[in-house]
Amino acid sequence: MPRFGMVIDTRKCVGCQDCVVACQTENDVPQGYCRDWIATEVRGSFPSLSMEIRSERCNHCDNPPCVSCCPTGASHVEDFGKVVLVTANKCIGCKACIAACPYDARYVHPDGYVDKCTFCLHRVKQGKDPACVSVCPTHCMHFGDLDDPKSVVSELLRTRKNHTLLPEAGTKPRVFYLT
Amino acid sequence: MLEFTTTRHNPLIDPQLAVWSWEIPVYLFLGGVVAGMMVLGGLAMLRVARGEDSRAFFSMHTPLLGFVLMNIGMLALLLDLTHRLYVWRIYLTFQASSPMSWGSWVLLVVYGVLLLSALVRLPEAWPWLGHRVPQLRTISDRIVARPLWLRLLGGSNIVLGVGLGIYTGILLNTMIARPLWNSMVLAPLFLVSGLSAGAAVMHLAASVPARRPAPNGLFGGALASMIQPLGPQRPQSKTVDSLIRADLVFLVTELVLIGLLLLSLINASPSHAAAAALIISGPYAWPFWGVIVVLGVLVPIAWQALELSHRIAHTVVPALLVLVGGFTLRWVMVSAGQLSQIVPAAGLGQ
Repeated sequence: MPRFGMVIDTRKCVGCQDCVVACQTENDVPQGYCRDWIATEVRGSFPSLSMEIRSERCNHCDNPPCVSCCPTGASHVEDFGKVVLVTANKCIGCKACIAACPYDARYVHPDGYVDKCTFCLHRVKQGKDPACVSVCPTHCMHFGDLDDPKSVVSELLRTRKNHTLLPEAGTKPRVFYLT
Repeated sequence: MLEFTTTRHNPLIDPQLAVWSWEIPVYLFLGGVVAGMMVLGGLAMLRVARGEDSRAFFSMHTPLLGFVLMNIGMLALLLDLTHRLYVWRIYLTFQASSPMSWGSWVLLVVYGVLLLSALVRLPEAWPWLGHRVPQLRTISDRIVARPLWLRLLGGSNIVLGVGLGIYTGILLNTMIARPLWNSMVLAPLFLVSGLSAGAAVMHLAASVPARRPAPNGLFGGALASMIQPLGPQRPQSKTVDSLIRADLVFLVTELVLIGLLLLSLINASPSHAAAAALIISGPYAWPFWGVIVVLGVLVPIAWQALELSHRIAHTVVPALLVLVGGFTLRWVMVSAGQLSQIVPAAGLGQ
């Protein structure tokens, strides 16, 4: 069984937000909400500044706090791809998962249930990439099986310096950023 | 310099997490109050089972009040849910890693024990019900006549009360994403604050001016069964004194635990220290120091000490202040906790 992950090359990302628009279109994300977004981080003092542009989303953590705190099992790890999903008709809207997520990757859908990135599992099951990956004009986003040593994502993680978001949270995120 | 910008704009998440408003603090507060009432009531039951006079223990007479308060708390929780038509889903599963799942199932047992505890004196305190459902009087007589049953009921009240009080803290404590909640001191602090608030509620209920004859109809009788001065047996004057004595112990313990909470956060990671700053010197400093510490703990300690030494007359003011402080503690922790975030330890390219 695969264990899906995403690798994003921050040296190629220009923050164009195509991934954001593609996600909203593909997943019918309600207006005013977003499952993925662009974060820009600038560090240092002028003139020695460094900037990282990242396309962020749910990290589909290996140790997801949103799943362990869910009282109904609505937040769960799907067998196929080990993707973290929410079953809408099991969710009671207690919002514990939102408070538990260090990445603030979830939101309350206007219909009341909690919603988030699914890694476009419906597309992946058809052999396609997630919508955000497939539209990226700089090809900075890669999706694949982290447990397959021959996959593109595994190859990139082996050969390029990378980091995850808030590793100190202990959640073991599966979205990696190449630097 | 670190400058961070994001295009994320999700309601209740950005710019600051604010998914929990007044409902959760009310739920946690009333849960704590009921937990405190159950522990004190359970201790009283154990003493009555040893042969002491039940009239000396007002706390044995308040389970129905606890039941009503618990329902108000649950109503607040229900109002907080955004997908509430699916709330029944919580009882179709048990999620061992979820404190909320534990709490939901424990609350069912709490309801049962509260009702059973109320039965100990309900038929006598609420004659309207006692006449119409004589079986209740039979159950009540059986429990009272058997010290073992009373001991079991008392023990159940204590264990469940402690569990419920701790649960209100653990619920927040397990969320690693919010550093303000990550101190193990939070659970005992909420428990002790609940004990103090429980004693304060009973103090208030015992201080209602008595009315004679006791109301015994449908609604008046129900009220009289919860607020003892209106019922057939008025609380003895020493009842309030013993509640105040217990409250003093709880308040001093609470003060120590508040100090430990701050110390444990300040001396942990930069994320925890930044979270502590929110309540020590940040936007929540005034309610924290002014309402929780001074008005909710220090003033009631001094005031009740003076009452016990008979230097000033008994009033309900300290009990009211304890309740204001107890609610503010939950409100500040829930609100400030949502503002607290993990401070990234690593920079770019890490």
